[in-house]
Amino acid sequence: MSATFVGMPAFPDAAKAALADSQLRGNLAHATGTIRGKRAQMVGEVAEWEELRQAGAAIKDNALHNLDEHLLRLERSLTERGATVHWARDAAEACRIVAGIAQDNGIDELVKVKSMATQEIGLNESLAEQGIAAWETDLAELIVQLGDDLPSHILVPAIHCNRAEIREIFLRRMAAAGRAAPDDLTDNPADLAGAARLHLREKFLSARMAVSGANFAVADTGTLMVVESEGNGRMCLTLPEILVSVVGIEKVVPSWDDLDVFLQLLPRSSTGERMNPYTSTWTGVTPGDGPQEMHVVLLDNGRTRALADEVGRQALRCIRCSACLNVCPVYERTGGHAYGSVYPGPIGAILNPLLRGVGHDEQVDSLPYASSLCGACFDACPVRIDIPEVLVHLRSKVVDAHRGQPKPEAVAMKAASWALADARRLGRLERVAGAAGRLLARVLRRSAPGGRRVLGSLPGPGSRWTGARDLPAPPAESFRGWWRRTRTERSES
Amino acid sequence: MSSAREEILASIRSALADAPPDVDVSRGYRDVPAPADLVELFAERVADYRATVTRCAHADVAGAIRAALGDACRVVVPGDLPYPIDDALDDDLSASELDTVDAVVTTAAIGIAITGTIVLDHGPGQGRRAVSLVPDRHVCVIRTDQIVAGVPDAIARLDPERPQTWISGPSATSDIELNRVEGVHGPRQLHVVVVHPD
Repeated sequence: MSATFVGMPAFPDAAKAALADSQLRGNLAHATGTIRGKRAQMVGEVAEWEELRQAGAAIKDNALHNLDEHLLRLERSLTERGATVHWARDAAEACRIVAGIAQDNGIDELVKVKSMATQEIGLNESLAEQGIAAWETDLAELIVQLGDDLPSHILVPAIHCNRAEIREIFLRRMAAAGRAAPDDLTDNPADLAGAARLHLREKFLSARMAVSGANFAVADTGTLMVVESEGNGRMCLTLPEILVSVVGIEKVVPSWDDLDVFLQLLPRSSTGERMNPYTSTWTGVTPGDGPQEMHVVLLDNGRTRALADEVGRQALRCIRCSACLNVCPVYERTGGHAYGSVYPGPIGAILNPLLRGVGHDEQVDSLPYASSLCGACFDACPVRIDIPEVLVHLRSKVVDAHRGQPKPEAVAMKAASWALADARRLGRLERVAGAAGRLLARVLRRSAPGGRRVLGSLPGPGSRWTGARDLPAPPAESFRGWWRRTRTERSES
Repeated sequence: MSSAREEILASIRSALADAPPDVDVSRGYRDVPAPADLVELFAERVADYRATVTRCAHADVAGAIRAALGDACRVVVPGDLPYPIDDALDDDLSASELDTVDAVVTTAAIGIAITGTIVLDHGPGQGRRAVSLVPDRHVCVIRTDQIVAGVPDAIARLDPERPQTWISGPSATSDIELNRVEGVHGPRQLHVVVVHPD
């Protein structure tokens, strides 16, 4: 799989290309519209929803504020139950650990449960370089992997594909990866799901090793949990001999009882269901049932950097439900690829800069601006992450990181300050602007509602402003000019 | 060179130098009144996922299971299933052998009415995890006294030390245009038999 987010253009450029794709916009509008309706209905059923959100945020905050202690307890519980715990500072270290476990066991093919952490660290590509084939088993991940595509949504990575496009990918690519799709495959979703079932069944039955993530890791008991729909997760967590789970350090919750909040918040926010079809929990090795060799890789990869940001650390509460994507007017129009990361949408716009730091990558620095700050994401977030607050905070960090470099805004502000500092200077400039305004009013064809003429495009550096906005033509007469004229006329009458 | 573990823990401690103290977690959500008829609600919510629900008296369980199995020829059961099934296979099968089996019959640990969920903790009568996963039809027998109101009631009763499988309807996906489609990798038919005491 050669697709990668590395080298993606900054958000405004990527968004411009995405907005021109009417098929993509149609697919996204349909899918996000569907899920918004379902979520609203399911959330409406729960009278105590706000209490659950408050509790979810508080549990996660307490877990994060004592993260070192909880991780040490988690490590102890897991080890007592026969699992081996590894710690990985970054993506490369985590990939090396997983590859090492495979190589130690002579494994060159493994199956994967959908996991954002392994997407984030580029595990499949890294394993491929070591000659280890990692097969995605979630339907949407399979579509993305077979199509040599990139994920565009946290929950449904192939949300940008419609059923006809999925059929094409299955017909063209399945045969090279294993069992081929039937020749008479239709684009009926049930048929497409059936083709995936047959294709992956032989992989599930023969795989000796699986890699998963975890939605939650319970410090007290060492229990890991995977929340899913299709049963591919159950297959991977049950049938192979060896299971490796790559778990971000922020996934820890203090106690088993805390899950009674998240198992209510997550399914309703995520797929808009009372409960997702399958949830699996396991606590280390169970003799005679499931994998008998178990590894857990605790992953930092920027999380401690995010934790150090006192405004931004709330982003680590995220339970990856993707409700914020589905309600975001920007995401709905641009899709996920424009964000240039496996974490798109509002949460991606804060998580990527927090994990990777600002000031050294133009693409990352563009993300806090990929928002209208409308606040729909905060309202939808089941753990009350104030995404608009963090966006504004990160914008200020981006500005701080670029201080000292000439910017068009800074030049414009300097010029305004010069003009406004002296009344006579301002008066002269207003007369010049008024003359220009009278001239422009005659030649401009475009006008704003209300009839005022507007400039559709400025030349030079001003073109970045008018690229997304109309600039009203300067008024033919300034307020001060009007005041002088009308006062004079009145005193004469 | 310090280990990854020590380095990550040190980064966490330095990041948290200014961390605020713990906040109280309000558990008021656990006190909401339970719905009136749990068994009725459970049956309705399970059926909402397009699972099949049968309700029967204890004396009629064998017949209800037989009806739920329908035309399934090869049926596997955990060794300690408390209900007799004629000609059932014992579970000493490999995953590939399980793949040739038509149906499985198990009991459950708990049922959750509000969400229409059955939870298996793979204790007596429930078998190891693979048995209720690989065959295409899962017949799950649950007694009315095992049904609780909501998720908090279930979490409070379940033992985290045991592996658990929470099942809400047959295998499904929302990955194609976000519409729920039944039937991917898990059992495509889920049949829940709710047993009332005689």
